[in-house]
Amino acid sequence: MRITQGTFAYLPDFTDEEIKAQIQYCLDNGWPLAIEYTDDPHPRNTYWEMWGLPMFDIKDAVAIMQEVTACRSAFPEHYIRVAGYDRSLGRATTALSFIVNRPAQEPTFELERLEFADRQVKYTIRTRR
Amino acid sequence: MATAVNGHTSGSKDGNKGRWSAGVTPYAEMGYYQPDYEPKATDILCAFRFVPQEGVEPIEAAAAVAGESSTATWTVVWTDRLSAHEHYQAKCYRVDPVPGTDQYIAYIAYELDLFEEGSISNLTASIIGNVFGFKALRSLRLEDMRIPPHYAKTFQGPPHGIVMEREYLNKYGRPLLGATVKPKLGLSARNYGRVVYEALRGGLDFTKDDENINSQPFMRWRDRFLYCMEGVNRAEAATGEIKGHYLNVTAGTMEDMYERAEFAKELGSVVVMIDLVIGYTAIQSMSKWARKNGVLLHLHRAGHGTYTRQKTHGISFRVISKWMRLAGVDHIHAGTIVGKLEGDPNTVQGFYATLRSNKLEPNPLQGLYFEQDWASLAGVMPVASGGIHAGQMHQLLHYLGEDVIFQFGGGTIGHPDGIAEGAAANRIAVEAMIQARNEGRDYLNEGPEILARAARWSPALAKALETWKDITFNFESTDTPDVVVMPTY
Repeated sequence: MRITQGTFAYLPDFTDEEIKAQIQYCLDNGWPLAIEYTDDPHPRNTYWEMWGLPMFDIKDAVAIMQEVTACRSAFPEHYIRVAGYDRSLGRATTALSFIVNRPAQEPTFELERLEFADRQVKYTIRTRR
Repeated sequence: MATAVNGHTSGSKDGNKGRWSAGVTPYAEMGYYQPDYEPKATDILCAFRFVPQEGVEPIEAAAAVAGESSTATWTVVWTDRLSAHEHYQAKCYRVDPVPGTDQYIAYIAYELDLFEEGSISNLTASIIGNVFGFKALRSLRLEDMRIPPHYAKTFQGPPHGIVMEREYLNKYGRPLLGATVKPKLGLSARNYGRVVYEALRGGLDFTKDDENINSQPFMRWRDRFLYCMEGVNRAEAATGEIKGHYLNVTAGTMEDMYERAEFAKELGSVVVMIDLVIGYTAIQSMSKWARKNGVLLHLHRAGHGTYTRQKTHGISFRVISKWMRLAGVDHIHAGTIVGKLEGDPNTVQGFYATLRSNKLEPNPLQGLYFEQDWASLAGVMPVASGGIHAGQMHQLLHYLGEDVIFQFGGGTIGHPDGIAEGAAANRIAVEAMIQARNEGRDYLNEGPEILARAARWSPALAKALETWKDITFNFESTDTPDVVVMPTY
């Protein structure tokens, strides 16, 4: 299955040029970029591993692309996302976040149903790798 | 000669009636009109549009509005002298004619002490309590209010707000997408849940009960909740994304609403929904519940058109927006501009700014009369719903921005290849438009081309564009700012 997290999940995977354009958009808005990776794309897995610190001081899209490439070579079978962060007052949150690498074989999710009284069902989702 | 608004002539010219003599004194002479008054930072300010009855002086009419919405009654009462009445009386400090019309705008300042902390019901009982039926006025409309931070801070506002909602849903950088299940009445619970599942697995973030889906004979609420949550959870497992269905908990009593909301929470729903018609106090109660239980609160503005639409009488929706941000909802329907429902572009953008921004300057073009400092009260996510479709994505994004939920009900469920395909078409359209915008394209003008390019690899989008290509709702708006009128698309 194709996991559809991230801003551009329904578009064909971006080329490096397209990724660079989105990085440039973040930089133009003053949003530092960060790269994160994981092998567990569970929708409640908030904290993916950080590929170094957020790149507060790198204002060059080409240099950031080099980090993306390095992360991809280190973790070719992981999910990797690029995120722009808006620290401005009242936001202090992610402004844009999109997946730039996926494993060849993506995991699926198992929906577990715990039936109990009065037709109620407790649902939980497990990543099936 | 001024005519007192009860029809008596003014005391000042006809005789020597003092302020405290029994009988009728014009409101303006009782201190309700003070052209030299400088509003305090703590005052609540109101702008009223009014048309006085023939023969009634505009200033006296405006003073009467100030009087009747604060301390006054129609005649002099000696018991005023037992109070610090100068402090409590509202002061009309400015009256402007609206050029080319018989209308005037009255600016009135209200002392903060007039209002109970954290109560929309108390605020509105004063400001709109009595005065809208006042005989001396032909019509009256509350155009805008300035809520000072001193009063705003007595409310907690949205239980989560835009930022928390995005983090909770793990969705950034694009408008969220929703759909109202159609037909809005008559589906069984099992069939209804099918629509939820298909729309969510296809690509929408949310589906929604309509305002009048509560618990009718064809579908009782408990059955609906169970089937909808099966659909929501199936869709989450199928996509790896957080999904939600606005379960409408509107009911005849608070007890029933709490019961339904509790059940929704126990089933794991991330969001519940209420209708504006439940009333301000009920909304504040549900807001408190939503904050306590970590459930997003969606508000449908059912009924608002009865009093917000006409320009000369009622309440502007920008005022309702402010009250609802104070009362505390996470979502509110606020207009589409391009869709089937009323909405002048500038006016609607004024509503959106009111709901989302932290600080606003007066903006006559958008109908904003006052500055507004929300003092970090969280923003409300506006919802655009009603007669919109994928082919309008560039216009929707241009006018309404990114922190918004686009709801395509017919525009999802009416897709010729099915609900999931309709949902995918909308998701592809919004993502393609965001990509183009971020790349610096002139997406408003190149919108149709951007969509057509995506449609080349997406048959779902191609079909959607073909199905609704000629659909627009091109009617003139009734509620427009005085400054300029823009065409509706």
